[in-house]
Amino acid sequence: MIGERTAKVIKGLYALWYREFRVFTREKSRVFSSVALPLFWYFIFGNGVGSMKGNAVDYQHFIFPGFLAMTIIFTGLFAGAYIVWDKKIDFLKEVLITPLSRTTVFFGKAMGSMTDALIQSYFLLAIGIFLGMKYSVSSFLLSMAILFIFAYGLISLGLIIGSFMESPEGYGLISSFVIYPLFLLSGAVYPLDNLPVWMQVLTRIDPATYAVDALRFVILGAKYANMPILLDIAVLLFFDVLMAFVGTWAFKRLRL
Amino acid sequence: MDIIQIKNLTKQYDKLTAVDGISFDVKEGEIFGLLGPNGAGKTTTLMMLSTLLKPTSGFASVNGHDVVKQQGLVRNSIGMVFQDPSSDTLLSGYENLKLHALMYNLPLKEINSRIDKVLDLVDLQKRKHDVVKKYSGGMRRRLEIARGLLHSPKVFFLDEPTLGLDPQTRDHIWEYIQNLAKQTKMTIIVTTHYMEEAEKLCNRIAIIDHGKIAALDSPANLKRALGGDKVILKGRIDTETLKKFPFVKKAEVIEGAVHLSVEQAGKNLQELLCSAGDVENVEVHSPDLNDVFLNLTGRAMREEGEASSYIQDITRAT
Repeated sequence: MIGERTAKVIKGLYALWYREFRVFTREKSRVFSSVALPLFWYFIFGNGVGSMKGNAVDYQHFIFPGFLAMTIIFTGLFAGAYIVWDKKIDFLKEVLITPLSRTTVFFGKAMGSMTDALIQSYFLLAIGIFLGMKYSVSSFLLSMAILFIFAYGLISLGLIIGSFMESPEGYGLISSFVIYPLFLLSGAVYPLDNLPVWMQVLTRIDPATYAVDALRFVILGAKYANMPILLDIAVLLFFDVLMAFVGTWAFKRLRL
Repeated sequence: MDIIQIKNLTKQYDKLTAVDGISFDVKEGEIFGLLGPNGAGKTTTLMMLSTLLKPTSGFASVNGHDVVKQQGLVRNSIGMVFQDPSSDTLLSGYENLKLHALMYNLPLKEINSRIDKVLDLVDLQKRKHDVVKKYSGGMRRRLEIARGLLHSPKVFFLDEPTLGLDPQTRDHIWEYIQNLAKQTKMTIIVTTHYMEEAEKLCNRIAIIDHGKIAALDSPANLKRALGGDKVILKGRIDTETLKKFPFVKKAEVIEGAVHLSVEQAGKNLQELLCSAGDVENVEVHSPDLNDVFLNLTGRAMREEGEASSYIQDITRAT
């Protein structure tokens, strides 16, 4: 038998998860755009930039892992936007007034948005087969695992930022100052080898860099990666733990 | 012991004191009203009692639990209907209730029967599987009332429960609240700026203005304290002469009309009118809470202003 306290937390987490997931599946346009947008950018970048190098196919393969990370970055920070929206439409009040602890609320929200983000990125991962990616069973499963630990950290970051924001109007700034730097500095669309030092430093601060690097290692092979995969994974896990602490703290101080 | 105790409760924002040292107690089973204009501090008070806002100073307890130090216990004891809609429009009515039941850790076996019970109470049984987006404003409010009751709270807070609803729906909601009070021993706290609502529903009313309590009593006592009927005269009125009558308790000019408090107006009206001067129009009515508020604050409550700002909020949010 599970204890009463555990049952309470599980019910709470399930309720929070269910709500996020249902809202996601009922907003068809959101499902569509979250899959279509990365694909759209993938073809623009792949063919546009790829044409300069003469061999578009190689370049497209090179940036594919970056676009998997991109779906996570965009969805993750969208989850943050959603909590600002929740404040606005007052559904958040209904959650905050329940006896659930703020830690439960934070993890429930994170789980809900993670489901959204992972459905999309796994879908794109599978589409990779038609784009000429050659997976083995283990590389496919490993990619899923990497996307999982990356998604958790990014969604937590989104929730943390969202919990500090007063209104959805400020969200445009977040996309300019957080989403695009995270994406563009991750090396998703260019190799990290010959960068100027200042930019190298910036790319190393960006957690997305490690996700992209690990995915390249697993999907394309070791010679496409810049860092040892264990280092990548260690950094991502460290980021996850850090976000769990900051997230719980941010939700505890969350006021309306 | 009183189920709600409030002592010198204060909420201070940078320059604004939203709630300014209020104190009162609410007895178990009472329907207690907080009546006042927009911005008087009603919602802020409710938010502090429900642990969503931290008081700047002072003390409040709900069901014996301190709202600052025992937030979990307080939250377990209360249900709340917020001023703005707070159900999820993409979920069905049933789903909204189910989520609520899970978050309040209700026994799984009881959840469906409890949901049916509260849905019956607010007449939403037939529409329970429709998404809330398809509900009217009144249905949505009823759903949220049902939701707040699902976990059988000891204290039920309703923040402007009929704001923005048409008069017919308003009557229905009053009926639900009154039935609720009759059937259960639940304590109900209602904030409102509708005089009629406060008068009809509440056992006791605290009139709140600028964050302070201006008066607290039963509606009947509040009106009785005014001392007599209201007589409003328009025209070229000789106010000074009227003031000399012993049965005229109070005379003041508000918006071009002379407002008098008159003892036994039915009997004394004739004498009054003979000396009033050039009267164009006479209104006589027994005092209502609007007169009480006017008397206490020197202002009439404006209902239109609030309604329109509510509508603005809605349009911005959608």
